Amino acid sequence: MHIDVILAAPIVFVSIMATASMVLDALKTKENGKTIFLFSIYVLMATFLLSALTFSPSSHFGLVALLSKFGLAPAPETLHVSGMLTVFNGMVGVGGYGCFFDMIFTLGGIMTILAARPFLESEKLEHSEFYTLILFAVAGMMLISHATNMLTLFIGIEVMSVTFYILSGYTRTNEKAVESSLKYFLLGAFATGFLVYGIALIYGATGSMDYATIASATHGDIRFPTLLLVGIGLMIVGLSFKTALFPFHQWAPDVYSGAPTVVTAFMSTAGKAAALAAFMPIIMVSLPAAMSYDGSNKIQMMLAVISALTMLIGNISALVQKDVKRMLAFSSVAHAGYLLMGLVAANPEGRNGIMFYSASYLFMQIGSFIILSVLERSGQTNHSLESFNGLSKKYPILAALMSIFMFSLAGIPPFAGFFGKYYLFTAAIHADFTWLTIVAVVSSIISVYFYIGLIVNMYFKESQEQEHESQPGLAAISLVLSTAGIIILGLLPSVVLSIAQASFGNH
Amino acid sequence: MIDSYIPLIIMVSVGFLFGLSNIVLAQFLGPRKNKTKVKLEPYECGIEPTTSARERFSIKFYMTAMLFILFDIEIVFMYPWAIQFKELGMVGFIAMNLFMILLFAGFIYVIKKGALQWR
Amino acid sequence: MLQTIPLEFYLILSAIMFMLGVIGVIVRRNAIVIFMSIEMMLNAVNLTLVSFSQFMGDSAGQIFVFFVMAVAAAEAAVGLAIVLALFRKKQTVYVDEVNVLKW
Repeated sequence: MHIDVILAAPIVFVSIMATASMVLDALKTKENGKTIFLFSIYVLMATFLLSALTFSPSSHFGLVALLSKFGLAPAPETLHVSGMLTVFNGMVGVGGYGCFFDMIFTLGGIMTILAARPFLESEKLEHSEFYTLILFAVAGMMLISHATNMLTLFIGIEVMSVTFYILSGYTRTNEKAVESSLKYFLLGAFATGFLVYGIALIYGATGSMDYATIASATHGDIRFPTLLLVGIGLMIVGLSFKTALFPFHQWAPDVYSGAPTVVTAFMSTAGKAAALAAFMPIIMVSLPAAMSYDGSNKIQMMLAVISALTMLIGNISALVQKDVKRMLAFSSVAHAGYLLMGLVAANPEGRNGIMFYSASYLFMQIGSFIILSVLERSGQTNHSLESFNGLSKKYPILAALMSIFMFSLAGIPPFAGFFGKYYLFTAAIHADFTWLTIVAVVSSIISVYFYIGLIVNMYFKESQEQEHESQPGLAAISLVLSTAGIIILGLLPSVVLSIAQASFGNH
Repeated sequence: MIDSYIPLIIMVSVGFLFGLSNIVLAQFLGPRKNKTKVKLEPYECGIEPTTSARERFSIKFYMTAMLFILFDIEIVFMYPWAIQFKELGMVGFIAMNLFMILLFAGFIYVIKKGALQWR
Repeated sequence: MLQTIPLEFYLILSAIMFMLGVIGVIVRRNAIVIFMSIEMMLNAVNLTLVSFSQFMGDSAGQIFVFFVMAVAAAEAAVGLAIVLALFRKKQTVYVDEVNVLKW
């Protein structure tokens, strides 16, 4: 029991500290945004370090390897199918890809909190609950990425979603925010219904909720093959809602453009990575045998079609948007389509591609949303494309950073987005999904039009206004972090890729 | 197969007939009075109702009711633990204590934020 | 001797309940009624889980039901608070009157 707590340290720590920050806030009587702000930054940094420490039980470094050397933890040979060691009676996996995603989530949380502070101060809304909610959202996401049981997965998804419902309506006197919150809540709860029904049917067909047991059960005789297929379908529907994939993507632009910009930055990046982290073990570890049960690859084909349609619809809708926040929201839908390619490919390259692309997507998308929020505070309250005219004159640095993010989102080398797409596309080709890669390339080319269009607006269109002093405040740190992330991932992609690879060990 | 439903059918029909018979018998056996407006009003301990009962409630009720539901539902996790209390032993006891501490943290938050104050 | 009701019947009943919930979400326009329909979907799932659990003699399904119930309560608290915020802002709970964000 106690060794389980140590092995699952990142999750346990962040959950306890999230609760502690709530109590801390309650015990102090005066408004104490700053205390909780610092507290949550430290907590997230510590969680990041803990994740790095417990990373990768299969390679010979890290806390797990050390503990197993002294006989305190099971030897690295007794690994779970997904490259994870399970603790708490098989409920939570430690190490492995979960820790890689943990680092993505904590980094996203840190950047969001840093950018949120000046925003909340200027809105006079700095309640410490905002930071507590971010901590809880990170805890939920970490539960998702560490889940080795459907129950843990469900709790993680719900902890994350419920905090997102609240956060998207955080500015509760703003009509748009309340509306986006309501839409998100109703559709999210609806999707939860499908998700749990899928889980229930898979449970009925295989007799277990554990990923590994499901995997082994589906290799033998399945008691209710039809129920299993329907269950997988329903589960994919539920998770597609959370990831905002094609037929279930309509909520995303509304919610992303209505919610406060810093919250959108967090939801559309870390939230999407978490949904992918939920998808990945289910499609690749526990259900591959079930998905090709009758010898056909219907579900894989279905995912491929969803992926193709998601990127096309996302990019084409983004093309006609007049509002930059909404355009980025649609492009976020399209990026979910690219990420899904890795799942369709269902090979190790696809897996690594997803992890690499989630990391690079985090930096570029969060960065561009944070720039929007900085502009908001500088008085540019509407995000129309015209308002970006001549931005390079007004705010040269912000415009330059925005261009980096746009180039990276468009997938232009040497930025991170290019390598992410490259890995995903080659994975799909190796899995004989050449047509999907062609669709992806075409939709990337479409996306270049509006990403570069924004840069053209910023640099080559005139605006009457003179140079202004932007007031990024703490958001500057987030912007530096995300730019550094993009450039490092772009210049040294193999390093991050090998980290992603190592998290699966030899599996 | 169909045999197993016979008790169910009997029960449903008895229930239905009992309800129906009460309504019908009340028509015949009950004292017949003229129905004035006062007689048709809802009975509130003899006090005359002043306004319609369909009006909006204060937000204060919402807070209390919602917090009640949230804390009430957590009891559900204690049932399986209580049944397996002996088998789970010390580990189970510590785990349940941790759970209660976490719940108590929420309670402290609720009290300190004044959500239960009746203002 | 009485036979027990077979598993299929529970599954069919819960599938019907689930579909009624889905139809409710799609057809109704009152946010609170939509939310009630979602709760009905969750309860249908609970019935499925409990009947599978009983059928297989495995308790995991019943434990899952407890978690679904707890999560439903948490969602209800947050969801009704959101509906209240909407009502204060717009004096309506009908989702088709909530249309500032267009797509």
